[in-house]
Amino acid sequence: MSRCSNGLLTAVAFDLIVWAGVRGEAIVPHVLLIEDEPNIAEAIRFVLARDGWHVSVLAQGTGAVAEVARLRPDLVILDLMLPGMSGLEIVGLLRADPATQELPVMMLTAKGLERDRDAAKRAGVSLFMTKPFANADVVAQARGLVGL
Amino acid sequence: MPIAALTGSRIRERRVLAGMRQADLAARAGMSASYLNLIEHNRRRVGGDALTRLADALGLDPALLAGRAQDGLIEDLRNAVAGGPSESGAELDRVEDFLGHFPGWAGLLAGQHQRLSQLERAVEALNDRMTHDPHLSATLHDLLSALSAVRATAGILAETEDIDPHYRKRFHANLHSDAERLAAGAEALVAYLDTSDKPDERLALPQEEFEAWLSVWGWHLSEVETGNESALEAEILGLPSAASRVLARAWVAQAAADAAVLPLAAFQAALQELGADPALLAARFGSGLLPVFRRLAMLPGSRFGLVVCDGSGTITFRKAVADFALPRFGAACPLWPIYTALSRPMSAVSAIVETAGRMAQRFGVQAYCQVTHAGGFGGIELREAAMLIWPVVGTETAALAIGSTCRICPRGACAARREPSILSDAV
Repeated sequence: MSRCSNGLLTAVAFDLIVWAGVRGEAIVPHVLLIEDEPNIAEAIRFVLARDGWHVSVLAQGTGAVAEVARLRPDLVILDLMLPGMSGLEIVGLLRADPATQELPVMMLTAKGLERDRDAAKRAGVSLFMTKPFANADVVAQARGLVGL
Repeated sequence: MPIAALTGSRIRERRVLAGMRQADLAARAGMSASYLNLIEHNRRRVGGDALTRLADALGLDPALLAGRAQDGLIEDLRNAVAGGPSESGAELDRVEDFLGHFPGWAGLLAGQHQRLSQLERAVEALNDRMTHDPHLSATLHDLLSALSAVRATAGILAETEDIDPHYRKRFHANLHSDAERLAAGAEALVAYLDTSDKPDERLALPQEEFEAWLSVWGWHLSEVETGNESALEAEILGLPSAASRVLARAWVAQAAADAAVLPLAAFQAALQELGADPALLAARFGSGLLPVFRRLAMLPGSRFGLVVCDGSGTITFRKAVADFALPRFGAACPLWPIYTALSRPMSAVSAIVETAGRMAQRFGVQAYCQVTHAGGFGGIELREAAMLIWPVVGTETAALAIGSTCRICPRGACAARREPSILSDAV
């Protein structure tokens, strides 16, 4: 029991969007979360959705760039180490495309080493967060990145 | 030269402390008061017989008066400067003044420098492990991932008051699976760290650990002489790192082989008869020269120091002899006759050398390089050179001027210098 079905995901996202609408927030920011750890993805999805975000989740690096092009999210949150394609590669490709050059990207990683941080900075990551993170920090930083 | 300077001042200080007039001390030491005056004001070098007589008259050890007992400390202080920031502003030319006036502070500084070097090596070792040990890195990554999931999930459960029962159940289940993962990961990490060397004990280099161990035995393993070397295994297990245990085991095996070819009683008898000539002794027993070198240096109470190096010139074994400074790390002085021997295998190299200390000391050395062919005639050639070192006195022979290692060697005009010295008069 590590991952909910797609049907449930959609239903919950819909509920939360409605709930956000009730709160009177006109804009629902959209975040694409690329994270291969299902329990972490689920927790982040929950806290961001509760904060009023529309959350899409991708469990591997493969196809991430195409997914960004298709969903056109306001923010991308991704892990450094991902199956298929690393977070650094994904950011590099996003930065190379004029359409996503300015897209805010938050990198979450368990590798808090200085050289990883430098590599992330060079690749064009907007913000770097080290695991284990506090939920409130992720929410606050995500809001900051999209100017909420 | 600052060298003589302190000796003169020290004599003066000691005389005043003893409440003696210059004329009294001069008379007792059998020299003129005016000459003693010159010595005390550092206008004349003092050494040898005159120093001994002055020390006798003052009731002191000549070595103490000459400050020779502090040579090691001076070396350490110079190393401290060499290891410090390049523009530390430490008054290197006055290191002896510092030591003379503040021996306590100087000792503390030297001790801290040693501790600092040890810690630097420990940090390097740990850093290496973090960076290059894929198992440790993967385990830590896994632990951090599980921990992140636990923290985020627990945060949700604790902070969301109106959480849907369905979600609560899901997050509880996630928490449980992540906690299990965390426990398994932590267990694996503990097991891993437990079986590898304990990092906090890896402060000294393995070679230093091994040499310290051997020196505790007075460099002589009596168990080996009685064919009882297996009894040493328990002692070897007490060495702090796996690497030093490997070195100790190899040494014990070699010592046992040496003892078999050169039995202690017969070797000592031959030494009485033939003198300490390695070639004559080797011929008598039909042994190689290096076993004789090792035997001479490892006899109970031996006066010989010994250094051994491999084909790269790296020193692989050090038994120090007083006042002949052996570098703790890095390469030694390129003028050491051991390197002459290394480049001329199977040639007997003898020399009288003079060290570069404040009180230059002379030593006799004999060096020899042996070649073995690992893997047979077509295999690789291995060179091992060794050098016996012993103090000599009263020799008038011209001596080869050597140092310890360039970084702390005061011989400025040396043609063999490979890097500048930190001593200002050498640059």
